[in-house]
Amino acid sequence: MSRENISSHQQHADHSHDSHDHKPRGISRWLFTTNHKDIGTLYLLFSLLMLFTGGILAMMIRAELFQPGLQFVDPHFFNQLTTVHGLVMVFGAVMPAFVGLANWMIPLMIGAPDMALPRMNNWSFWILPFAFTILLSTFFMEGGAPAAGWTFYAPLSTTYSSDSTAFFVFSVHLMGISSIMGAMNVIVTIFNLRAPGMTWMKLPLFVWTWLITAFLLIAVMPVLAGVVTMVLTDKYFGTSFFDAAGGGDPVMFQHIFWFFGHPEVYIMILPAFGIVSSIIPTFARKPLFGYESMVIATASIALLSFIVWAHHMFTTGMPVAAELFFMYATMLIAVPTGVKVFNWVATMWRGAMTFEVPMMFALAFIVLFTIGGLSGLMLAIVPADFQYHDTYFVVAHFHYVLVTGAVFGIISGVYYWIPKWTGVMYSEKIGQLHFWCSIISVNMLFFPMHFVGLAGMPRRIPDYALQFADMNAFISIGGFLFGLSQLIFVWMVVRCMRGKGEKATDRVWEGAQGLEWEVPSPAPYHTFQTPPQVK
Amino acid sequence: MKIDHERYYVPEQSVWPIVGAISLFTIGIGAALLVNDLAKDQHGAGGYLLIIGLALLCYMLFGWFKNVIDESMAGLYSSQMDRSFRQGMSWFIFSEVMFFGAFFGALFYARIISVPWLDGAGNNVMTGEILWPDFEAIWPLEKTPGGLETNAMPWEGIPLYNTLILLASSITLQIAHIGIENNKHTQLGFFMMLTIVLGVLFLSLQGYEYMHAYNDLGLRLDSGVYGNTFFLLTGFHGLHVTLGTLFLLIIFLRILIKGHFTPERHFGFQAAAWYWHFVDVVWLNLFVFVYVL
Amino acid sequence: MKHCPSSLRFVRYLLIVVFFSFAQQLFALEAKYNMTSGVTDISGQVYNLHMIIFYICCAIAAIVFGLMFWSILHHRKSKGAAPAQFHGSLKIEIIWTAIPVLILIAMAIPASKTLIAMEDTSEADLTVLITGSQWKWHYKYLEYPIEFYSLLATPREAINNQAEKTDLYLRDVDKPLVLPTGKKIRFLVTADDVIHSWWVPAFAVKKDANPGFINETWTKVDKPGIYRGQCAELCGKDHAFMPIVVDVRSPEDFDQWVAQELERQAQEKAAELARGNLTMDELMSLGQKTYETHCAACHQISGEGLPGVIPALKGSIMATTDIPAHIQIVVNGKAGTAMQAFAKQLTNSELAAVITYERNAWGNNTGELVQAADIAAVKAGE
Ligand code: HEA
Ligand code: HEA
Ligand code: CUA
Ligand SMILES: [Cu+2]
Repeated sequence: MSRENISSHQQHADHSHDSHDHKPRGISRWLFTTNHKDIGTLYLLFSLLMLFTGGILAMMIRAELFQPGLQFVDPHFFNQLTTVHGLVMVFGAVMPAFVGLANWMIPLMIGAPDMALPRMNNWSFWILPFAFTILLSTFFMEGGAPAAGWTFYAPLSTTYSSDSTAFFVFSVHLMGISSIMGAMNVIVTIFNLRAPGMTWMKLPLFVWTWLITAFLLIAVMPVLAGVVTMVLTDKYFGTSFFDAAGGGDPVMFQHIFWFFGHPEVYIMILPAFGIVSSIIPTFARKPLFGYESMVIATASIALLSFIVWAHHMFTTGMPVAAELFFMYATMLIAVPTGVKVFNWVATMWRGAMTFEVPMMFALAFIVLFTIGGLSGLMLAIVPADFQYHDTYFVVAHFHYVLVTGAVFGIISGVYYWIPKWTGVMYSEKIGQLHFWCSIISVNMLFFPMHFVGLAGMPRRIPDYALQFADMNAFISIGGFLFGLSQLIFVWMVVRCMRGKGEKATDRVWEGAQGLEWEVPSPAPYHTFQTPPQVK
Repeated sequence: MKIDHERYYVPEQSVWPIVGAISLFTIGIGAALLVNDLAKDQHGAGGYLLIIGLALLCYMLFGWFKNVIDESMAGLYSSQMDRSFRQGMSWFIFSEVMFFGAFFGALFYARIISVPWLDGAGNNVMTGEILWPDFEAIWPLEKTPGGLETNAMPWEGIPLYNTLILLASSITLQIAHIGIENNKHTQLGFFMMLTIVLGVLFLSLQGYEYMHAYNDLGLRLDSGVYGNTFFLLTGFHGLHVTLGTLFLLIIFLRILIKGHFTPERHFGFQAAAWYWHFVDVVWLNLFVFVYVL
Repeated sequence: MKHCPSSLRFVRYLLIVVFFSFAQQLFALEAKYNMTSGVTDISGQVYNLHMIIFYICCAIAAIVFGLMFWSILHHRKSKGAAPAQFHGSLKIEIIWTAIPVLILIAMAIPASKTLIAMEDTSEADLTVLITGSQWKWHYKYLEYPIEFYSLLATPREAINNQAEKTDLYLRDVDKPLVLPTGKKIRFLVTADDVIHSWWVPAFAVKKDANPGFINETWTKVDKPGIYRGQCAELCGKDHAFMPIVVDVRSPEDFDQWVAQELERQAQEKAAELARGNLTMDELMSLGQKTYETHCAACHQISGEGLPGVIPALKGSIMATTDIPAHIQIVVNGKAGTAMQAFAKQLTNSELAAVITYERNAWGNNTGELVQAADIAAVKAGE
C-alpha cells in the first residue's frame, strides 16, 4: 500500500503533448468547458461566493441577536434569513466545494485524463448558479423567501407558507439534479478510469471517502426531491400527505426529510475526512495509520447513516421502542468515527511533524470536529435530548461539525492543493494569520452557544429573554470577527490566482505522496492523457 | 488490463450543457409561476415559460445526443467509454428507484402508521378518542378522518390488464434484444414496434382509468391520502412509461432509418431496455401495494 | 500544621476564601449556563444523565487531545524527530473499537431506564389537554370544566425597544397553567395549525404539538413555584413570542383556584347574557383590544396583512361587503389556510366587536354594527 513507488515514466510523454495544451479563451472557455480542472475551479469559486452569501445572512442573524428586542429585522424576515442561511450553506457552500475538489483532484489522484462524463460534468455545475438565482430571488417576492427553516417542516411549509414555496421547491429540484449527476460522474470515474495498477486498496482516502459520499448522494437526493414534491402538491394541489384530516401526518414529512437529511450531514463530512487523511500523513511524514480500517470505518458510517434518521425527531412522540432503537443506532456511529480520529492521532504519533497552514487547519479540524461529535453523542441520549432539542446546544453541535468540521476541512484542502492548481505557493504569513484569526473567533462564536442552549435558549428566534443577553452579544462579536477573518482567506486565494508568490515545486510538500504530486505545478490543462502505470 | 491503455475520449467544448442549464432554469421559473397562478385561478406567463423551457430541453437533448451518436459512429469511443455509459445509466436508474422509494415510503407510512394512529392505535389512543372519534382506520381509505368520501380503485379490470401488458412488453423487448444480438433485423424491428405499441396501449388505458376515477368513482388527487398516493405513484409511473416509450421510439427510428447499432455495440438500445424493465418492476410493486393489497 | 507561620496561614485562609467565593460563582454560573436540574424526579435524572455523559466526553477528549498534543510537542521535525514507519496494527484497531462500545453501553443503560420512565403516562391523577396555535397556548382540564388561552404578556412596546424590558421580558403570560403539587399530571399535547412544542425545562418535559395527533407526556412536581418555558418548534413569525408559565400550588390552593375559576366563569357568562346590544364606541374599543391580541399578529395592527402570506383586511372585499360571510369566516376559520376558527376562543360579544372593528377601522368606514345576536344567529344557522 505504499504509494511512494509510483512510476512517472509516462509523465514526460505527457508533457510533450502540452504544446496542444491550448486553452480556449474568454468566457466561452468557462461556459462550454468539458475540462475537469476548469469545472473544478468553477465549483470552488461558486462555493466561495455562496459561503459569503450565506455568511452575510448569518451576519444579519447575529446583528439581530446582538441585543434583546427587535433591532433591524422583523420576525418573519428573520425566519427567512435563518432558512436561507441554512440552505445556502448546505447546498451552495459545502456540497459544491466538495464537488469542486473532487473534480480537480480525483482524476489527478487516480491517473485519469478527465472525469468519465465531461459534458454532463459541465451541466451539473451550470445548473447550480441558476438554482440559486431562483432561491435567492425569492427574497424579493411578495411574502418573501421560504421561512420554515432549512428543514421546512410541514405544515408550516405547506398550508402556512408564502407564495415563494413553489420557487423554493423547484430550486431544490435543480440542486438535486445537479448533485445526482455530479455524484454519478464521480462514481463512474472511480470505477472505470483508474490507471492500470491503481487497485482499490491503493486509492487515496480522499477518493474512497468521495466514492462512498457519491453513493450516499445518489441514494438520498432523490428522496429529497420526492419530499419537496409532496410539499408542492400539499400546498398547491390539495393533497394531504402531511395533513391528518386526509389521513396523512405532519411527522411523516420529518421521517422522509430526515431519511435524506441524516445521510446528508455525512455527505458534508466524509470528503473532509478524506482531505484530512491526506494531509496528516504528508505533514507527519509518516504513512497513514490503519488504511484499511479507515476505509471500513467510512463505509460503516455511511451504512449506519441510513438507520439513525429519527434522532432528529425524539420529541415528536414516537413509540418508546423506536426511540430506543434510534438512540442505540445513533450512538453506534461514534465507534467508526472514533476509529478515524484514533487513526489520525496514531498517524501523528512518532512522526516528524511540521505545521504549515494545511496542517494547522487539519489539526484544528480533528480537535473541533471531535468536540462537535461528542456533543452529537450527547444529543443522541434521548432523555437529555428532550432538554437539548431545538435549543442553541444543537446549533452549537452542528456548527462545530459543519464550520470547524466541513468548512475547515475544505479550507485545509484548498491550502494543501492551491500550489498545485495555481503553480504558486500561498503566503505562509497570510495563511497563518488567517488560521489564528479564524480559530480564535470561531470558538468565540460557537462555543458559548453550548451554554445559552443548555440554559434554555431556543433556536430560530429573533428575540430572547434577558438572561441570554451578554452571551449573545459575545457570540455576535465572535461572529463578526470570524466573518472578517474569512476576508484574509479571499486575499490569499486571489493572490495565488493572480500568480503572486513563490513558484511551487511539482511535489510542493516534502512529505507528499501520490499521483497528483507527480504532475507539474500548475497542473497542465490536460493530464494523464495516456494513463500512468502504478506499481 | 490492456484496454485501459486505450485513449479515453474527452470531448471538446460543448454548448449543450449550458443550454440544458438554461432550459431547466426556464422550466423551474415557469412551473413555479404556473403553479401559483393555477392556485389563484389567474393567468400569467408561467405556462409559456414552461413550454419554452421544455422545448429548449428537447432541443438540447436532441443536439447533445446527436453529438454523442456522431462520435460513437465515428468510432471515437472505446469499450471503456461504453462502460462509463453503462455504469452511468445504472446509477441513474438507482436514483430513480430511490425517488419512487420516497413515495412508496409515504404509502407504507400512511397504511401502517398514520391511518391506524388516527384511529387510536399505538401510543395514540387519545388521538382517536378526542380528535377523530368517528374515524375508522380501513385501507383503502374511503373515508378520511376529515370526513371526505371517495371510492377505491379495484384491481380487477384495467389494472390487471395493464399489468399483463407491461409484463408482455418486457418480454417482447427481450426478444428484440435477442434479435439485435443475433443481427436479426426483422425480429428486432417487429418486436420493438410491438413493445412500443404495448407501451402506448398501457398509457391509453391508464388515461381511461384516470377518467373513470374522476368521473365515476370520485377518486381524485385531493381525496385524502389514498387518492394522493394513488395518483402520485401511478402518475409518476405513467410519466416514466411515457419517457420510456419515447426513448424506445427514438431507438427504433435510429434502427429503422439510420441503421444504427451492431450486435456488439448497442448501448443506446441497452439503456432504453434497462429503463423499460425498471419501469416494469415499479409497476409490479405498484400493482401489489397500491391496487391489490 | 501546628507551627505553620502566620503568613502561610494567611495564604491558606485566602485560598479557602477564594475557593468558596469561586465555588459560589461557579454555582451561579452553573445556574445561568448549564441545564437546570429542575424540580421533578425525572428532571433530576435527566440532569444527572447529562452531567455523566458530559464528564465521559470530557475524559475522552482529554485523552485523545492529550495524546495528540503530546505528539505535536514532541514529534516535530524542528526537534529533529525522525518519522517512524509503522502504519497499522490489527490489535490496536480492535482495542479502540471495543472500548468505545463498552463506554456506549454504559451510557445507554441509565439512559434507557430514564427514557422508559419518562414515557410512562399511566395512572395519572389529572389530565390537561394542551393545544398550541399560532401563537398562543390553550389549556383544558379534562377533570374540570375549565379551559382558557394563555398569551404573551410582554407589551409590544418593550419588544420594539420603546419601553423598558423587565426581568420577565418574553417570559410572562396573561394566564398561567395552574397545577397541584404531588400529583401525577398527564399532558395531552396537540396543535390547531402548525407544529409547536411544549417545553418546560424545570420538568424536563418537551413534547411536540402535532396538528391532528395527540402526544402524551407527564410530570409530577413536588415544589410549589412558578416555572417558565417556551415554544420549542419553529411555528412561524411569532415563534419567539409564545411562552409557557406553569404555576404549581399546593393541592389545597389548587382546589381553591378551581373554585374561583368556576365562579369567575359563571359571572362572565351572566354578564355576557345581560349585556345586550352595544354602542358603536363600545364595540370599537372592545374590538380594537380583541383585534390587537388575537388578530394583529397576522393581519398586522395596520390591517394590511403580509403581502403574499396573509391577506389585508384594510379595504378588503370581505371586510367591506357581505356581513354574514365575514362573520362566517371569523367564527369558523378557512380550511386550508392559516385562518383559524375563533368560535371557541372568543365570546360572542368579542366576536361582534372585533368584526365591527374590522369593518370600521383603517378607512373601512362601512358604518355597520355587528351585535352578539348576529353572531349567535350565524352560529345557529350552521
Ligand atoms: C457534518 C455534519 C454532521 C455530523 C458529522 C454530525 C454528527 C453527529 N450528529 Fe449531528 N447534526 C448535524 C450535522 C452533523 N452531525 C446537523 C446539521 C444537525 C441539525 C439539523 C437541524 O435540526 O437543523 C444535527 C443534529 C443532530 C441531532 C439532533 C438534535 C436535535 O435536534 O435534537 C443529533 C441527535 O442525536 C445528532 C447526533 C450526531 C451524532 C451522534 C453524530 C456522530 O456522527 C458524531 C460521531 C463523532 C464522535 C462521537 C467524536 C469522535 C469519536 C471519538 C473520539 C471516539 C470515542 C467516543 C465515544 C466512545 C463517545 N446530530
Ligand atoms: C455548512 C453550513 C454552515 C455554515 C458554514 C454556517 C456558518 C455560520 N452560521 Fe450557520 N447554520 C447552518 C449551517 C451553517 N452555518 C444551518 C444548517 C443552520 C440551521 C438553519 C435553520 O435553523 O433552519 C444554521 C443556523 C445558524 C444560526 C441559528 C439561527 C437561528 O436558529 O435562528 C446562527 C446564529 O448565530 C448561525 C450563525 C452562523 C455564523 C455566524 C456562521 C459563520 O461561520 C459564517 C462566516 C462567514 C462569513 C461571515 C462570510 C465571509 C465574510 C464576509 C461576508 C465579509 C463581511 C463580514 C462582516 C460584515 C463581518 N447559523
Ligand atoms: Cu409555537 Cu413555536
Ligand atoms: Cu442526524
